[in-house]
Amino acid sequence: MSIPLLWFLILAALLFSIGLFGVLTRRNAVAILLGIELMLNAVNINLVAFWRYSNPAQMAGQAFAVIVFAVAAAEVAVGLALIISVYRRRKTVVADEIDLMRW
Amino acid sequence: MMFWNDPIHFIETWFVDLFTTWGLSLQLATILVYAIGIIVLVVFAMVLDIFLVWVERKVVARFQDRLGPNRIGPFGLIQPFADIIKMVIKEDITPVGADKVLFNIAPVLAAMSVIILWAILPLASTIYGVDLNVAVLYLIAAGSLGTLAIIIAGWSSNNKYALLGAFRMVANMVSYEIPMVIILLIPTILADTMSVRGITDAQSGMWFFFLSPLAFLIFLVSAIAELGRSPFDLNEAESEIVAGFHIEYTGMKFGWFYAGELLHAFTFGGFMAILFFGGYGGFFGLEELPAFQWLTIPFIQAAVFITKAMLGYWVIMWVKYSMPRIRIDHMLAFNWKFLVPLSLVVLVNTAFVNRILAGASDWVYVLIMFGSNLVIAVVVVEILRAVGRRDRKAVATGIPAGNPE
Amino acid sequence: MTAEQILFLVAGVLLLVSAVCVVTTRNLLHAALWLVAALFGVAVLFALLRANFLVVVQIVVYIGAIAILFIFAVMLTRRELRDTGRQTRKSWWLVALIVVFISVGLVLVAFGIPDAGRLPAEMPQDLDTVSRLGESLVTGQEYLLPFEVASVLLLAALVGAVYAASTSSKKD
Repeated sequence: MSIPLLWFLILAALLFSIGLFGVLTRRNAVAILLGIELMLNAVNINLVAFWRYSNPAQMAGQAFAVIVFAVAAAEVAVGLALIISVYRRRKTVVADEIDLMRW
Repeated sequence: MMFWNDPIHFIETWFVDLFTTWGLSLQLATILVYAIGIIVLVVFAMVLDIFLVWVERKVVARFQDRLGPNRIGPFGLIQPFADIIKMVIKEDITPVGADKVLFNIAPVLAAMSVIILWAILPLASTIYGVDLNVAVLYLIAAGSLGTLAIIIAGWSSNNKYALLGAFRMVANMVSYEIPMVIILLIPTILADTMSVRGITDAQSGMWFFFLSPLAFLIFLVSAIAELGRSPFDLNEAESEIVAGFHIEYTGMKFGWFYAGELLHAFTFGGFMAILFFGGYGGFFGLEELPAFQWLTIPFIQAAVFITKAMLGYWVIMWVKYSMPRIRIDHMLAFNWKFLVPLSLVVLVNTAFVNRILAGASDWVYVLIMFGSNLVIAVVVVEILRAVGRRDRKAVATGIPAGNPE
Repeated sequence: MTAEQILFLVAGVLLLVSAVCVVTTRNLLHAALWLVAALFGVAVLFALLRANFLVVVQIVVYIGAIAILFIFAVMLTRRELRDTGRQTRKSWWLVALIVVFISVGLVLVAFGIPDAGRLPAEMPQDLDTVSRLGESLVTGQEYLLPFEVASVLLLAALVGAVYAASTSSKKD
């Protein structure tokens, strides 16, 4: 293996920033969730890179990454269910227009 | 002699030597050889696919009491080539309003999701693409890519019926992945490894089919549902929603879907052979005897594997041409209310018996595994009969019996 | 330039280009499909890092379940088939500036990690990552508790998602 650890870390940092840009810029709620998925993937890349480059016999990095998979799946399921429920009520998923607690 | 025992390595070292004597660096030569290997494997899979078109048409004809193609070539063997020529010269239509890039990518993705399965399929103990140690999960991953291809096809066609068919098909495939994953854990438990070569080698004494017949039956049902073939073919029900998600596809693009489906069915036949019927081996210890040493020659093993895969494919076709279509809500209810609990019960049973009898003799192990499967099957049949009795009584006396299942 | 480095660069470029397309495409369905490409790039990176199990789990869970969920959500939450109106905020240039600062900061932190340019040691030959991972997830001293907590979390998410997305007949 001839790839320095730094390359993986920089790639993950850039991916995280792009995801952050998506979360803060997009108006559609589903598109915001897409940005969150990118950020979670950047975290996973970091975890697995550190697992491989420090001590592959100790499974902390991979176990953590598996738990992050589970958390991401749960979060997407609940988030999209909420968005679909809000859409049924308000007929819109633009985040700016969902600004009242009632009505 | 080395070629007989280890053909792939022999050819690989020969090519690498050839390329390095031509002046290429070792790394470049290795990459070139790998690329050639991939191309050869894909070509082999696609040529087999052409043969499968002929097999499918002959078998469906025999099931329907007719002869099938017998005009072109002996026994109609040139028929698939005529089909290919017909598909290639058909007009290639892209519907107005369709998403052009997605519309053209979908058939390629669908075929790709099948061909990548051939990378892990071991034809013999030394003829295989790569020996992944997570090969069993790789099967599910390839199925997920197929699901993606179908939903892209349905959406990009800009057609209500296509979208409806795609939704149904995706609901089908995603639902039936669950019993399949649970059942794929059973050969993993029995063989202690997820690699398909390891599972095949672990069956050299006794096929996993005899250890867990219920697992094989559930895998068969889930595989047929994953393939989207009858009786689970609501997505392309010709009499209902007019070819489902591939309505708008003509010519060679439809050819890719068709060829992909047939190859997928054969590949699943191959996986059934590997996971439950011993794959390229499984001779019950016969190959240890000196008289049967020829059973370990890779080409004989490949022939054995292809025969078993053809038998699995024949069972899938048999089910297709004998059973009527199942309605979508019955399909999903069957999965969630019957297959998932049953597969969980079978898994827990297998894991339990495997642990408890870890040190027991072989015959006790086999008998108790098979016996526990039989007990589960009897209990399940009794439960189904009770449920059927209750439903029939409800229909007879006019009282609604809860959900239609 | 070894083959692994070339593969890393190709996968990295694919990943970053797909990520940029995810956050900038107007057509939301295309954005979801660019996410699929980005997730595939991440799977290639996992394969380079020899985390076999995570490669297939990434494809099965992210591409096979989460991306399909996104595609369904995109299809079910629109009144018409086209995306209308602005898709990004008016102040996107300010956000871009902030994000550039944050990314530069993260890269500087990455440089500051001790021995950041190191190459990894060889994987021990007898280490089967899959079985070792499985053991570590069910051993009491290691990661059994997070594993069980994740299962409870998934159960809660399952019940919550089914309830939130269901149409109840007696709405107010």
